[in-house]
Amino acid sequence: MSFRIVVLAKQVPDTRNVGKDAMKADGTVNRAALPAIYNPEDLNALEMALHIKSKMKDAEVIILTMGPPRAAEIIRESIYRGADAGYLITDRKFAGSDTLATSYAVSLAVKKLAPFHLVLSGRQAIDGDTAQVGPQTAEKLNIPQITYAEEVVAVDETQITIKRRLERGIEVVKSSLPALITVHSSASECRPRNAKLLMKHKHARTVTELQEETRDYTELYNKRPYLQIEEWTVADLNADVEMLGLSGSPTKVKKIENVVLQQKETILLTEADKDIESLMKELIGTHIIG
Amino acid sequence: MANFYTDNEDLKFHLTHPLMEKMVNLKERNFADKDIYDYAPVDFEDTMDNYDKVLEIIGEIAGDVIAVNAESVDHDGPVLANNKVDYAKGTQQNYDTLVQAGVVGISLPRKYGGLNFSIVPYVMSAELVARGDAGFANIWGLQDCAETLHEFASEEIKQEFLPRFNSEGVTAAMDLTEPDAGSDLQAVQLKATFDEKSGMWKLNGVKRFITNGDADVSLVLARSEEGTSDARGLSLFVYDRRENAMTVRRIENKLGIKGSPTCELVFTNAPAKLVGDRKMGLIKYVMSLMNSARLGVGAQSVGIAEAAYREALKYAHEREQFGKTIIEYPAVYEMLTNMKAKTDAIRTLLYETCRYVDIYKSYSFIAEDRSLTPEERNDFKHNQKIADVYTPLLKLFSSEYCNQIAYDSLQVHGGTGFMKDFPIERIYRDARITTIYEGTSQLQVVAAIRGVSNGLYLKILRENEQISVNPELDYLKHSLIKMTDQFAKAIDKVTATESAELYDFHARRLVEMAGNVIIGYLLLFDANRNDRFKKSADIFIRLGKTENTQKVSFINSFDVKELGYYKY
Repeated sequence: MSFRIVVLAKQVPDTRNVGKDAMKADGTVNRAALPAIYNPEDLNALEMALHIKSKMKDAEVIILTMGPPRAAEIIRESIYRGADAGYLITDRKFAGSDTLATSYAVSLAVKKLAPFHLVLSGRQAIDGDTAQVGPQTAEKLNIPQITYAEEVVAVDETQITIKRRLERGIEVVKSSLPALITVHSSASECRPRNAKLLMKHKHARTVTELQEETRDYTELYNKRPYLQIEEWTVADLNADVEMLGLSGSPTKVKKIENVVLQQKETILLTEADKDIESLMKELIGTHIIG
Repeated sequence: MANFYTDNEDLKFHLTHPLMEKMVNLKERNFADKDIYDYAPVDFEDTMDNYDKVLEIIGEIAGDVIAVNAESVDHDGPVLANNKVDYAKGTQQNYDTLVQAGVVGISLPRKYGGLNFSIVPYVMSAELVARGDAGFANIWGLQDCAETLHEFASEEIKQEFLPRFNSEGVTAAMDLTEPDAGSDLQAVQLKATFDEKSGMWKLNGVKRFITNGDADVSLVLARSEEGTSDARGLSLFVYDRRENAMTVRRIENKLGIKGSPTCELVFTNAPAKLVGDRKMGLIKYVMSLMNSARLGVGAQSVGIAEAAYREALKYAHEREQFGKTIIEYPAVYEMLTNMKAKTDAIRTLLYETCRYVDIYKSYSFIAEDRSLTPEERNDFKHNQKIADVYTPLLKLFSSEYCNQIAYDSLQVHGGTGFMKDFPIERIYRDARITTIYEGTSQLQVVAAIRGVSNGLYLKILRENEQISVNPELDYLKHSLIKMTDQFAKAIDKVTATESAELYDFHARRLVEMAGNVIIGYLLLFDANRNDRFKKSADIFIRLGKTENTQKVSFINSFDVKELGYYKY
């Protein structure tokens, strides 16, 4: 049985090079002004998966991505770098999903790929920066999770040892398999797209994409069936619609405002109880904590 | 996050030249590979799409990896340890990334694991790499050696060496120069003797100034015919580093391209295989290899020019003096505009030359399988002839211009440019070698003057006059026709004296005059295809006209007797 590694990857707006028109007047992200890219830490996760694959005798890397039809680009980009296959989770019913609903859908998709040995994802995506989907997915799959992974120290068919990059140092942990690992940006950069893989797979399309193509791919797809990218809908996942989209998402965005950080004054605190108390009051009062 | 291919629309302009369809058809030969290789293109559009997408990969590596590493590579350089050259960390990362991208062996046929790309995208990849780091462009460009093996070696040698380029990412070197054989390669002394017992050739001797000398695969020029002392006694050999019969004596400490290891090598009974036929080493194979290498230096020079121009432009926009940015001053903006015009000039000559080379080489590979029709044969000869006189012209102009552009770019930076704080300090040093290696500028003139004496340059220029352009560009064509007349008169003036020495004395002037008009036409045709080049065409032709008038003035006022003033 082949060692199966599932990589969760997301297409995100490129928030790293934000221009003037990145936000709309109502405070929401202007997706049209930001190019859609492969979430950077998901690329680190893909690299880690490909690295593990190269260490194992018989392993495969499968990409799972959830998003609109154009997110199929993530699957192609992964295959160009060495992934073996990919599935696009796409359905209008997923629209508006927060991290809880997303991890529900993703966990169902991962279960469909069982038996799997590892699930890898980036630590967080640059659009939401929540870092929640990975851990929540692990919980729903009821498997161990290792977050902030930087390096694979050792791996075999039954267990994995990971070096974690934490705020104040590193930690080496071992886990049984299957496990879910979220990968930190300090891990190895992803390898480049491979020219031959790109030329071989550049015509890979989902059914939805094929419908929009002006050119007839029938003959090509008969000869090269591997070009077909599979799409999974709510029905394919046997998902409970109530747990998806807005209805499945407890997160409600109350308000979005532009914040300009500036230092106005410096308060010197002593160890005295009254200073600590006034600090706590201020932090709670300004909703920084609590 | 930089992509040196997508951030420069001039590249796509040259990639999509109308002649490309003919070139792709010659290269892909009815797209027969599509049924054998899953990555082979099915038609012309598919091929062009592959070129575009693969250049995008290389452009990304050039911008995000190679350019980022350039400073540390320049600082660290390669080191020699245990008779092995270790690249600087950045150099190794650059190469590993390109190997992972599967682009090494880009122009080799698919049956040897290559991508079977035309020379145009191959050379474009070299330009991209050189813009990132000129020194690293040498290591990338030395896959020309694979091309030479493909062209001339036996099938057995090809099977043994060529697939390793793409699959293992082996590197290559061309071992030509020796302490007493630099420009004059006929003087090569490294000895090749055939050992009856092992059935192998054995190499003994020293090579010097060998770029990437510790490569996995080396092409070695050696004297195989005992008792000879000229080019006819030299043959070409291929040496595999795994034989462990060559030592690296030292790595040179250089002014520029510091990341590129320049080695002194000692061969001791080193087993090697003969490439092609004996005695053809220098006369045929090295000449061909040198022509490819000159295209490579052309690409390297254009990459350096692009990098230098961009650095200057950026700095001039940012730097303020006397209350405004310095780009607002005529003294500065004139420099920048001239730099841009010269960069466009050498780039258009680069890709024009590539097209001639690509077409004639494709024909020669077709001729290995079937005989060419008389029409194809004529086309082959026509393209080869022009390639032969354009290649030295390209090497001369591109290397000299990239030095001028780097010089001016540093000047725009002022005192800051002299410090190590900005990339231009490195670019300026890196540029310097381009007019020297793979044949000095002076030797390019020796090769290019044939285009003057056999009338080929003039013939091409006269043919250009028949091509019509948009009426609004007619004034430029008019200037070029006048420049052609002036060039023809200058040749007559120099040849009238029948002094071979005077002809040699004026050779560079004549070659440069020809080049100015040839490039002027290329830019005119570019402008005719896309408005974007109108400014560069206008400015370059203006500069060329002025320069040619100066040269004519010198030639006309010079008497053969005055040669004496110059002699020692």
